[in-house]
Amino acid sequence: MTLAVTTAEKYVFAAYGVVFLVVLVYVLIIALKLGRLERELDELTGTVRERREAEAEQRKKVPVA
Amino acid sequence: MGLRLKENPLAALAALAGLLIAASIALIFFYVPTDADQGFSQRIFYIHVPIALTAYAFFGWGAWKAFRHLWKREPGADLESYVAIHQGVIFGSLTLLTGSLWAKISWGHWWLWSESQLVLFLVLFLFYGAYFMLRYSVEPGPARANMCAVYAVFGVVLIPISFLAIRLANQLIHPVVFTLQGPQMAASMFLTFCVSLAAMLTLAATLFHVELAGKRIDSRLRELRELLA
Repeated sequence: MTLAVTTAEKYVFAAYGVVFLVVLVYVLIIALKLGRLERELDELTGTVRERREAEAEQRKKVPVA
Repeated sequence: MGLRLKENPLAALAALAGLLIAASIALIFFYVPTDADQGFSQRIFYIHVPIALTAYAFFGWGAWKAFRHLWKREPGADLESYVAIHQGVIFGSLTLLTGSLWAKISWGHWWLWSESQLVLFLVLFLFYGAYFMLRYSVEPGPARANMCAVYAVFGVVLIPISFLAIRLANQLIHPVVFTLQGPQMAASMFLTFCVSLAAMLTLAATLFHVELAGKRIDSRLRELRELLA
């Protein structure tokens, strides 16, 4: 059994499909961007943590008067 | 879940967009009658026209935010204007794509240069497309924000011209369904159109807020990086 699709139906599905595809690509781009932001945030959190640890070490070394 | 949606308006907006899109698809393919004149291909109308109106709305919103930036120096208005114009360009490209598909099946042509509505929409689309060329050719700062705002405000003039072109033109290949006498279609068709329009506007508003949030986080991270440097 074959499903006969008319030319009009093909164009209608193409129109709806192109909208779906563009929105999907947009969401994908946003998801990739969010991933990059998360990585940057992790990097900055790491930098702050390292600095705090270094400062704590420094405080230990300096004798309190 | 209800509490989470209350706490997060963006998630609520996204859920509403999803519901409206599902409702509009159901109405378009299972409820609305097939048009006696154009047949099945007329169903492109329910996606093409709401997308075009959404593009106009976001170009207008972008221009309004640009105006607020110039007039009130509203903080963040420049970024909002930029994101709104970005949404307008995305929906504008979708208008051109869906319109071309509809034109091919209805008129036998992908594009007609003789149609002022089509050409003026293309001019509007290219005008706002060039906005990004301007924005990325200037160093970030107040000068760039002002230049972009002036450009965005000028573009708003094209919106009513593009919208009214079909009504002012003599050629009537492009259909006119909204006249001074109201919508020239059956009540079921008008209901489907309204749901589709609400769906597209809500979808665009969701994407606008998601992109805006991303841009704001990006800018704050840049500031934080500079502070830590």
